[in-house]
Amino acid sequence: MKVQISGEIMAVVASRAEQVLAGGAPVFVEPDEATRQRVAMFLGRITDGMVHDLENGVLILVRH
Amino acid sequence: MVVGTLVGTIARLVMLRVDHRQYPTFPQAYISHLALGFIAAFVGAVSVPALLAREFTAVTFLVLVAQQFREIRSLERDSLERLERSQVVARGPDYIEGIAKSFEARNYMVMLTALVSSAVTRGYGPLLGAAAGVATLAVLARFLQTRHLKNIAVVRSGRLNFRGTLLYVDDIMLMAVGLEEARLVFLERGLGVVIEPKDDNARDTLAGMGQRQAIAHDASAALGVRKDIGHPEFTPVVRRDLETGRLGMVLVAMEPDLEPLVSAVRLTPVLESSRRVPLSTRAGRRAAD
Repeated sequence: MKVQISGEIMAVVASRAEQVLAGGAPVFVEPDEATRQRVAMFLGRITDGMVHDLENGVLILVRH
Repeated sequence: MVVGTLVGTIARLVMLRVDHRQYPTFPQAYISHLALGFIAAFVGAVSVPALLAREFTAVTFLVLVAQQFREIRSLERDSLERLERSQVVARGPDYIEGIAKSFEARNYMVMLTALVSSAVTRGYGPLLGAAAGVATLAVLARFLQTRHLKNIAVVRSGRLNFRGTLLYVDDIMLMAVGLEEARLVFLERGLGVVIEPKDDNARDTLAGMGQRQAIAHDASAALGVRKDIGHPEFTPVVRRDLETGRLGMVLVAMEPDLEPLVSAVRLTPVLESSRRVPLSTRAGRRAAD
């Protein structure tokens, strides 16, 4: 079995830094909606993580 | 004895057709299963003349062979489990267990068929012997028939829709899809299926994770899944409506045709290890209303 982290937030893409002040995952701040989507897409491809939208301008990447 | 062996081996051959499980698919696997089937048939066929000749040691050989068949089960299980990692959509442990069990059972069927046909041949000649073998196989096959999803549930297509970033099929929530791009793909090419259990037994059977994984696997094996490493959002998911026990599934298929998908889901086997029968218990019957 390949051991990997699952069900954990691997990265966060936020529109404003103050939305995600603390946390164990890397945070990327992108004010622009389209860039946010794009960054999240790249991170998803690279980490094989699923992108979820918290619908408050924050996207998180989770490996399931 | 010859008739018995022959009928038994042919029986194994008949059962070796490539079915919806799409396994085994290669001649090498055929050969190994045919060879084992032949051995099973031979032992089954030989045991009757041996017993008639009062050679009771023959029985120990039956036991020995039975032991070998149990090996087949673990062999199949091991190899399928090892391959599981490289599957785009995994079969799931329940499905693997089911396949392994049925491979074992088929060898017992062959042995029994050969035994019956050899015994009848002894008394009534080869023609009746062969007929008896075929009849035994037919009865056994009927008895061991796998049930399919269509026997326990109504499968129909559903409409995919988004509420915010949440993907629904009809009114069953499936998952949160954060990427705009992925949402468009779902709306354009995604296929939705709703599975409605026919009774409480079916409801609890469908709740099993193994059964759901099997549905997802069979559907994507039949239609091809539009998924790769780095695109986890297109993993087919089967989720449950907590109110009613209905299942909803989404598949982004290589062949985006709804009708074949619905029939593929209908033909998913009901897994032995997922089968639940609450209606057979007193409490379950009383709870059902």
